[in-house]
Amino acid sequence: MVATTETIAAVEDATGAYKYGFVTDIETEKAPKGLNEDIIAFISAKKDEPEWMLEWRLKAYRHWLKMASPDWAKLNIPAIDYQDVYYYAAPKSAEGPKSLDEVDPELLATYEKLGIPLNEQKMLAGVAVDAVFDSVSVATTFREELAKSGVIFCPISEAIREYPELIKKYMGSVVPVADNYFSALNAAVFTDGSFVYIPKGVRCPMELSTYFRINEKNTGQFERTLIIAEDNSYVSYLEGCTAPQRDENQLHAAVVELVAMEDAEIKYSTVQNWYPGDETGKGGIYNFVTKRGICRGDRAKISWTQVETGSAITWKYPSCILKGKDSVGEFYSVAVTNGAQQADTGTKMIHLGEGSRSTIISKGISAGKSQNTYRGLVEVHKPAEGARNFTQCDSLLVGDTCGAHTVPYIVSRNPSGKIEHEATTSRISEDQLFYCLQRGMDEEESVSLIVNGFCKEVMKELPMEFAVEAQKLIGISLEGSVG
Amino acid sequence: MNLLEIKNLHASIGDTKILHGINLTINRGEVHAIMGPNGSGKSTLSYVLSGRDGYEVTDGEILLDGESVLEMEADERARAGMFLAFQYPVELPGVTGMSFLRAAVNARRREAGQDEVDQLEFVKLVRAAAADLGVDNEMLKRAVNVGFSGGEKKRYEILQMSLLKPSLAVLDETDSGLDVDALKIVSDGVNAQRGGDCGMLVITHYQRLLSHIVPDFVHILAGGRIIKSGDKSLALEVEENGYAGLVDAA
Repeated sequence: MVATTETIAAVEDATGAYKYGFVTDIETEKAPKGLNEDIIAFISAKKDEPEWMLEWRLKAYRHWLKMASPDWAKLNIPAIDYQDVYYYAAPKSAEGPKSLDEVDPELLATYEKLGIPLNEQKMLAGVAVDAVFDSVSVATTFREELAKSGVIFCPISEAIREYPELIKKYMGSVVPVADNYFSALNAAVFTDGSFVYIPKGVRCPMELSTYFRINEKNTGQFERTLIIAEDNSYVSYLEGCTAPQRDENQLHAAVVELVAMEDAEIKYSTVQNWYPGDETGKGGIYNFVTKRGICRGDRAKISWTQVETGSAITWKYPSCILKGKDSVGEFYSVAVTNGAQQADTGTKMIHLGEGSRSTIISKGISAGKSQNTYRGLVEVHKPAEGARNFTQCDSLLVGDTCGAHTVPYIVSRNPSGKIEHEATTSRISEDQLFYCLQRGMDEEESVSLIVNGFCKEVMKELPMEFAVEAQKLIGISLEGSVG
Repeated sequence: MNLLEIKNLHASIGDTKILHGINLTINRGEVHAIMGPNGSGKSTLSYVLSGRDGYEVTDGEILLDGESVLEMEADERARAGMFLAFQYPVELPGVTGMSFLRAAVNARRREAGQDEVDQLEFVKLVRAAAADLGVDNEMLKRAVNVGFSGGEKKRYEILQMSLLKPSLAVLDETDSGLDVDALKIVSDGVNAQRGGDCGMLVITHYQRLLSHIVPDFVHILAGGRIIKSGDKSLALEVEENGYAGLVDAA
């Protein structure tokens, strides 16, 4: 696939301004700034949660108070005043629309600008959308159709009320409450996110898609997503984000937990395009995400694919715990940094099961004055007889003021484990650029073409619709990086 | 109007002067050959014409269709109708041959204010053109020039040329790395495009290419100047006696 005219138009649109830097004017109902047990109780009450959920949140909060922000990543993180953040904001129209007709037209117009497929046409394309606007899900489509096959796809707050047994059993089972600083914070204050349950033997009839968008000024986004795939089931989940331009840094600390039972497969794809800030990084999103899946059953498979182009700071390591015998973990990643962006991202593959296998393909592209780090852990534990891992880490440098770093951690406690790590660092060569220019493509398109070629192994893992969007994003993200 | 007019062209790479006053005029439909020993400035001339960064014109003029191209970037010159078939085509890992062709064709179409090509029709068009050059479909699914043989690379260059339909085609050492059979296929491809509105500048070290692509004019380049011009018999003279006699006489 190559860049199209739309890419060029998008690049032009992006000149001088973040393409999605508009603000929707909708009255919001918000809790006061700051974080304490009262605010947590307020969130819990707003969500109409049962008592046990509030207790769970408070427990997390009390853990968090005793924890410190991690400092081991190659990131320069400005001090964050957690008391200067709003933890709850909900669009007023969020009283529960029954259909799209009841959704605030201005919201729909915003989605339209973002190109979110929240309409009938897209039903033909087979995309179900649980759109998250600020912190409350305002519209969920295709649920009836999904329900026919027994699939549950709903806002997590609804799942807490409707399916408490599943939530009690699985929430926090993959990412424990006190796993890390940001996951503990999320557990205390999460406001929404998605819940997916695929029953035994069901192949989810459509790709499930959630678009996130931060809209309210100074509102932290604390999404929490839980996906459970029972024996012999399959689901593909898409997550994409865009955010409007802001002056103050916005905090984002999401948690995603995946549980795959015997012979189940979960494919989780992300295109992340949070506002990266101005050329100094000012105003960009801080993205501290904990994503982890567990292959509980034998032959279970979890595949993470991510295209990360946005955020001022990215701290993100989608991981797999390969517990089941012959279970499979995959991580395909493209991380693009430009300007003053900093990304420290990678994965963890924890091999516990006999014959478990993992593949890591990471493509890092750095431009401008950005810093781009791959950090990955491959760990083969004693019972993981015959475990195998293959890792390939490629870095591409654009210009000479950026940095690319690769930090692999490899631990093998079983002599039968096989772990391979390959890494390359390269530049866009002047020869390549001239070759494209001589064929008539301008510099932006040439760079986009070369970079998309470099990322191809990862891009082909994305669902088709996402791949097109991701290609455009990569072009936009590298705008102005050459010359 | 002349298609290409090069007047008193002087050019340098960094502080090194390579071209010392080249004069050359090419009309539509003509095929000109530039021959010369190694280091005479042949490849430099092709890069200066196509506007590669780092090649600085210090004096003189290059006119394409009567318009100076000196202020134009490489991509603008390409869209204005200039095509360079590379001596060493460049690898683009992950970019398929088909998608690269489409991007190049669309860049020109946008310039001309036309819509982008229809995907299906384009595939048909490419397949037909590819078949003529003995380029199989599998090759177009592979990454551009990655793992291509010498012959495949040159055939892919000529395929691009046939789809882009340039007004001026510069072929830089297109015969290098080709065996006899590949040379014939590539030459046939070039000959199919000669005449009409297209002018060609064929740069080569050896005469053998010129027995396949028979030039209307032959110029001998040495020391950054054209020291002798003539018809195709001049190429045969070089074949017979080498460059030394000509260079000494100049």
